[in-house]
Amino acid sequence: MNNQNPIWALISTFGLMSLFAVGGAAAAVPEMHRIAVDVHHWMSEKQFADAYAIAQLSPGPNVLIVTLIGYTVAGIPGALAATLAMCLPTALLAYYVSRLLSRPSRSRWPSLIQAALVPLSIGLMAASALILAQSTDRSIAALLLTATVAVIAAVSRVNPLWLLLAGGLLGFAGIVQ
Amino acid sequence: MSKDSAPAAQETDQEPDLPVAHSETPSLGALFLAFARMSLAGFGGVLVFARQAIVDQHRWMTADEFNETFALCHFLPGPNIVNLSMVFGARLRGIAGGVAAFTGLLLPPTLIMMVLAIIYARFGDVDVLRRSLAGISCAAVGLLIAVVFRMMTPLLKRVDVAALILMLGVFAAIGVLRLPLQEVLLVAIPVSIGVTFLVRRKVAA
Repeated sequence: MNNQNPIWALISTFGLMSLFAVGGAAAAVPEMHRIAVDVHHWMSEKQFADAYAIAQLSPGPNVLIVTLIGYTVAGIPGALAATLAMCLPTALLAYYVSRLLSRPSRSRWPSLIQAALVPLSIGLMAASALILAQSTDRSIAALLLTATVAVIAAVSRVNPLWLLLAGGLLGFAGIVQ
Repeated sequence: MSKDSAPAAQETDQEPDLPVAHSETPSLGALFLAFARMSLAGFGGVLVFARQAIVDQHRWMTADEFNETFALCHFLPGPNIVNLSMVFGARLRGIAGGVAAFTGLLLPPTLIMMVLAIIYARFGDVDVLRRSLAGISCAAVGLLIAVVFRMMTPLLKRVDVAALILMLGVFAAIGVLRLPLQEVLLVAIPVSIGVTFLVRRKVAA
């Protein structure tokens, strides 16, 4: 699949990835990073971290980081292909499953499976944080900024957008390099 | 992000069956617009806005119905809120309703994202933008750490050793060893389901 056209590579990569993306978009970040940076060399470490930041900063579901990856690979067609490949197959799967289980909460299996997936998705998200931190936090100031935002967001209910903008201002002022 | 992945099961306990009258079935255009609006309001997670619009504002579902639908979408793979739009739209208006909600949720932010991608491709190397993005990235990682911490708190409080070991195992395999997701999950999911099953049976006995 590597030497075929890039659109097909995007569709097959993200279509397959979405089927394994339990626990939402944040949990899929390490796999996106592995595929986009390490396997296909679509993006540099820095570009990936930037794409994550842009996806966090803009409205809509956070999964749209794939739109940016797709654009980097193949322009606007790539952006659309990556987005649809990541979102449509699982949405259709959810549609069919919901029709099968018209009363999803009757059986105890959904709740058991959900409980079993919780530690796995936390582990995946922690891995995302580590991978992203390794590419963004390259100075003491950057590390301090990450740690401060982590503490503030953990103990208060500040709108995350303000914290992102504060980070942007500190970066703009040249404090975080 | 935290909102997209928040466990819905706990909310079910707190909200007993509220008999809320359903409003009439929305048109396809209304579905599209409602999901476009909640998507564009949703900085850092759409779920809160989706819940507010569907349950409180439009009364298209009761709180319990919403939790059930979300729980289903949460344990299926893929972006939860995207799954929710399709399932929810389809419940009200069939597959056309599903497509209307799905398109409403994704189209406007995807267009915004493409504009940002074009700007980034052209000006990404400009120093001012470079520095600002570096700061935003650091803050974004901090937010992610906070979400991980919040989700971990119940496991720590319960001293759920099995879950904590599984969590650390996945963290080490993916974050440190950088193993492929599929292979890690093919091992971790059956193990975790087995462990959860055994623990629950022991508690019940």
